[in-house]
Amino acid sequence: MSHGGHMSQGITPSQTVGPFLAIGLPWSDGPFVVPPDTPGSIVIEGRVLDGAGQPVPDALVETWQADPDGRFDHPDDPRGPAAAPGRFRGFGRSATDPDGNYRVVTLRPGALPCPDGGTEAPHLDVSVFARGLLDRVVTRIYFPDEAEANAADPVLASITDPVRKATLIAADEAGGRFGFDIRLQGDGETVFFDV
Amino acid sequence: MTANDQRDARVSSHSELVLPQYESAAGVHPPLDASAYQSSRLRAPARPLMPLPQRLTEITGPLLGPERVTAQDADLTVGHTGEPLGERIIVSGRVLDSDGRPVPDTLIEIWQANASGRYAHAVDDHPAPLDPNFTGEGRCVTDSLGRYQFVTIKPGAYPWRNHYNAWRPAHIHFSLFGRAFTQRLITQMYFPADPLFALDPIFNSIPDPQARSRLIATFDIELTQPDWALGYNWDIVLRGRTATVFETDES
Repeated sequence: MSHGGHMSQGITPSQTVGPFLAIGLPWSDGPFVVPPDTPGSIVIEGRVLDGAGQPVPDALVETWQADPDGRFDHPDDPRGPAAAPGRFRGFGRSATDPDGNYRVVTLRPGALPCPDGGTEAPHLDVSVFARGLLDRVVTRIYFPDEAEANAADPVLASITDPVRKATLIAADEAGGRFGFDIRLQGDGETVFFDV
Repeated sequence: MTANDQRDARVSSHSELVLPQYESAAGVHPPLDASAYQSSRLRAPARPLMPLPQRLTEITGPLLGPERVTAQDADLTVGHTGEPLGERIIVSGRVLDSDGRPVPDTLIEIWQANASGRYAHAVDDHPAPLDPNFTGEGRCVTDSLGRYQFVTIKPGAYPWRNHYNAWRPAHIHFSLFGRAFTQRLITQMYFPADPLFALDPIFNSIPDPQARSRLIATFDIELTQPDWALGYNWDIVLRGRTATVFETDES
């Protein structure tokens, strides 16, 4: 969104996380948006792959999402505080392993109202950081069993190519597990967003 | 839980949902496809980015604070049996929005090489000594005025394989959340007058020289402590809110 007014401060530019992010960024509880014994918890897991289809072993995947009621424990949500804040952090962080795997344990997010009156289907916003990425890349994870909500989602609707759109829908691996590979480049390249 | 259970999230009156919006960072951040930076060649997306309007998920974000840090985490020179080798420094500054407002109570995470230019990481095979008294990770939370301060060791420059005789200018990696998903930033702080600036494809990936210069800390004699440590000042500016009616619209 452009803004014609004077900005008093220039924004600090991004730089790559480089190959050694594992010194500073992984947390032991990072993958746990909720504790793993939480009723109704799901696992979202997948691989980060490069343009040659090779795993990216030095990436960091972060997720941010609404709670199951579609609420955020955040003062800028004009609907007011979440009904049940506490053990749900909303935020997940997983460094990839040597095979490029990441994993977060969370609850399914609720649908969200849009300012223009539409409804966003349940989704997670995702940031991916890695050596070779001078800025994070942003994508979204949607759910495969939300066909009706996905069909009405304005972000999915903005992607006309069904093959590209499909890169944003997780695979149902049954038992509360969802697979979501992130292909940074090339065949099956994941849709990335400018936010 | 079934999919239908989740539909309860809609609010009854959509028209009341007025959200803050964050300034675009267009032209500030480096383009992803920087051919001079070899690692980008197989990792930078080839397709254009799709626009993502800033809605509820984007204008909120994790508010991570004191529960994730201890007081010792802001001093990278303690926590080992002895003191690390190198030039002890204080790095201090403020986290601000681009509209000039401080960002209080926000988590900052840093990591860096030791004084010899070696990272305490198995993948780093630079034949410079590891320092048993330096790990190179730190974190802190900004105070109510958006201020932060670290005590650490000035990191060394180090070689990398991007091109023949490639060396990275000394830098400290900084990770910031701000208060919204849109504000998330990971970057690097550099030191003044580094002779490697002109040769570094990562630093020079930022197209605007003025924006590039905002990554360079300034030496600060006021921050410098006699007989103890040199002071460097570095402010970090996150995307601020654009002017909207939302603030007068709240009731």
